[in-house]
Amino acid sequence: MIKLVYFARLREALGCTAEDVAPPPEVTDVGTLRTWLGQRGGAWTEALASDVTVRAAVNQEMAANDTRVATGDEVAFFPPVTGG
Amino acid sequence: MDVQVRIQRDDFDTGREIAELHRDNPKVGAVASFVGLMRDVNDGAGVSGMTLEHYPGMTEKSIRAIVTQAQGRWNIIGARVIHRIGRLEPTDQIVLVVVASSHRGDAFAACQFIMDYLKTRAPFWKKETTTHGERWVDARVTDDVAAARWRLKG
Repeated sequence: MIKLVYFARLREALGCTAEDVAPPPEVTDVGTLRTWLGQRGGAWTEALASDVTVRAAVNQEMAANDTRVATGDEVAFFPPVTGG
Repeated sequence: MDVQVRIQRDDFDTGREIAELHRDNPKVGAVASFVGLMRDVNDGAGVSGMTLEHYPGMTEKSIRAIVTQAQGRWNIIGARVIHRIGRLEPTDQIVLVVVASSHRGDAFAACQFIMDYLKTRAPFWKKETTTHGERWVDARVTDDVAAARWRLKG
């Protein structure tokens, strides 16, 4: 299982704070995970569309599309940060 | 090095944080600090309040990583980063960065570097209450530019 967490505008759009998922074998990195989640339709397809800027973190470190993900990882998706 | 990173709902006392950072340390010759405050206007709309959300765990880790990077570039004796979360109102303090060093150049530069990187890398998100309702604050391109500047310098 992979633990997914969502924040801010994305969390509200998806109506989901956290979930555990077991993605298919073709999901190997952040990019393929995002594409797979986007196939759920509705708000998921819209909020995770490729023209929407979404950042990701794997195990609480900023990640890129090609960052590997595996069982046991915590993967977060969120909009660009706005602290400070 | 004396580094403290705190994420808290409560306000902070800038004077006390500065005093604690250099107290009993005769090697400190300079302390630079930055305080971020909440404005009552943003992107052309009046703002009456704001809620700050963050990613517990990653927030502290990412700020510590930023301070470690600063440490690799400048001579830093100590640093404090305090960032508030939850509900805030105009004039409230949001963030404090304090850097102690032997000389002012290192303190000024490291303080600005930590703040610029925090703006683009630490997982915080602001939701404003404006005269038109609630809205999530958009990231600013100018913040990316400010952080990118540091990559060009040796």
